[in-house]
Amino acid sequence: MVRLRSVLYGGAALAVILLLWEGYKLVGSPQGWSVNEVRLLPRADDSSMPHVWTVAERFTQPEISAEGSSSVLVAVLRAAWFSFRISLAGWLGGVLVGVALAVLMQRFRTARDALLPYVVISQTVPLVAIAPVVVGWGGQLAVLGQPWQPWMSVAVISGYLAFFPVAVGMLRGLDSPGPAQIALMQAYAASWWQTLVRLRLPASVGHLVPALRLAAAASVIGTIVAEISTGTRGGIGRLIIEYAQAATGDPARPWTAIAGAAALGLVVAALVSALDLALARFNPAGA
Amino acid sequence: MSPRSRISLGAALAALALTACTTTSGGVTDTAGPEGGPVPVKLQLQWFTQAQFAGYYAAVEQGYYADAGLDVTILEGGTDIVPQTVLAQGQADFAIAWVPKALASREQGAGITDVAQVFQRSGTRQVSFKDRNITTAADLKGKKVGNWGFGNEFELFAGMTKAGIDPGKDVTLVQQQFDMQALLNGDIDAAQAMNYNEYAQVLEAVNPDTGKLYTPDDFSTISWEDEGTAMYQDAIWANTEKLSSDAAYQDTTVKFVEASLRGWAYCRDEAEACRDIVVAKGSKLGASHQLWQMNEVNRLIWPAEGGAGMIDQAAWDQTVSIAQDTRNAEGQTVLTKAPEGEAFTNEYVSQALENLKDDGVDVTGESYSPETVTLAEGGA
Repeated sequence: MVRLRSVLYGGAALAVILLLWEGYKLVGSPQGWSVNEVRLLPRADDSSMPHVWTVAERFTQPEISAEGSSSVLVAVLRAAWFSFRISLAGWLGGVLVGVALAVLMQRFRTARDALLPYVVISQTVPLVAIAPVVVGWGGQLAVLGQPWQPWMSVAVISGYLAFFPVAVGMLRGLDSPGPAQIALMQAYAASWWQTLVRLRLPASVGHLVPALRLAAAASVIGTIVAEISTGTRGGIGRLIIEYAQAATGDPARPWTAIAGAAALGLVVAALVSALDLALARFNPAGA
Repeated sequence: MSPRSRISLGAALAALALTACTTTSGGVTDTAGPEGGPVPVKLQLQWFTQAQFAGYYAAVEQGYYADAGLDVTILEGGTDIVPQTVLAQGQADFAIAWVPKALASREQGAGITDVAQVFQRSGTRQVSFKDRNITTAADLKGKKVGNWGFGNEFELFAGMTKAGIDPGKDVTLVQQQFDMQALLNGDIDAAQAMNYNEYAQVLEAVNPDTGKLYTPDDFSTISWEDEGTAMYQDAIWANTEKLSSDAAYQDTTVKFVEASLRGWAYCRDEAEACRDIVVAKGSKLGASHQLWQMNEVNRLIWPAEGGAGMIDQAAWDQTVSIAQDTRNAEGQTVLTKAPEGEAFTNEYVSQALENLKDDGVDVTGESYSPETVTLAEGGA
């Protein structure tokens, strides 16, 4: 029942967005609205904001005029699937690294003092600076005898963004049991490992779930931006740039790829919600 | 297990994970190549697959590289991939880059040498609607002038400076996007455009007044070749150190340049076949756009009076002097001093041209005449 309602609300929100888009096109000035050359409202003309149905129609048309060219919809879906798999790899890697770091920092005070500042600083380094470095290093690596693939660079960058919320959230979760609970474990003469498995890990779920959501969003954004940055072929990020190049004569085309990227974000968010339900049994309080 | 043994287990796992990643020998070729097999070569492009690089794709598809004993892998560019840096770091054997940008990287320490000047002419234009009456650099005064920045703007700035305009005061500079909509909707009076790409995009757009595509008659273009501030653009760059010390790499360089020029000669004579090669390689730009691009790129290469790829000292000097003397919007020049060491050499391209002539390949293209390409809406 709850799920049906959320699907309905989600659909309604999409309808509202589309109505706002078309509504602005109706009332907005084709020239937009500027104060002292600073544009405050966008242009509403067809080349800046194509009609929703023009974009929808563009999905059904062939991507390029060459023979055997697939429709834009197929191209966008294929690219979104490619980016989804990279995001998943980046997310999994980021979660593993984040959890490992959190456990390490919880266990050793020294590790916490030494690592935590760098975990925070890592997120202030701009992605455009990391991307060429990762590609550069990746080009010289081989994993288990297999040469480095371009998508791996993208997954690494995606994971680089995803590990941060997990590391910080998980650490908070591991720290969350109160003194009484810790004292009880000590009274049982429980080892560090037993305390971790029986007390700290279950206690961390409430903090982990929101962190996993943030990590999922970060991994999708990381994947799309890294694809643009490194020019990795096949994904939705690169498709956005390639379609944007054609925007002058075909203004609806970039919007198809942007819609694909948005859909990818929604799908990932839905999957994390499903994960949330699966983890709920560890977290009866529903934090 | 005690906590201590668990920790050592973790350390062992981490060590295992690290050893799973092994470095390959220098990333790219040992120039000798495997016994008797073709020499692996990596070529780094500046951007995605498009007709701007058709000659190299044609050389792969037509087997010119394979015939020369090379196994060439073409690496596409991206927004943050700097080809000359990739080359200098040893992750590619050759790179395609604009001369001024590559010289700037060189000044920062990249050990690279221009071994073939594939584009003999500059493809950069400044495009405006005809009714704005902007036909020379001097007409830009007081106008909203679009430019891409990031080192792509120096011909424009040199042109304005030469015409007595202070780019910092006398014009309004506007940062341009990937597309040309700002020109069409009037946000920019004169927009920067490559004749093989952005100019075509404008001609693929529908004019709302007529319901038909815009035509060249609707626009004025300023060519920096005509204004005398053109700079050298796409060139093949090689690793300077390996050129001076590695005989096998020298040999590979001659072969690579030779087969690449053979590819470009093929694309001159078979523009449509090369368009098809590029489209088949997955370019998302439409077929008519790619044919236009192929044709315009051919015009930048052919005719080549001294032979394709030859570096002309006068044109090189003009590029360097503009790079040293022209200040951009931030007051910076591309270069702070004249390039040191071997910034360019005609040694390898001369050998390549000799070999091609012996094979009966037309390397000057004196009789070349461009086609007339009809663009379709959206470049389809």
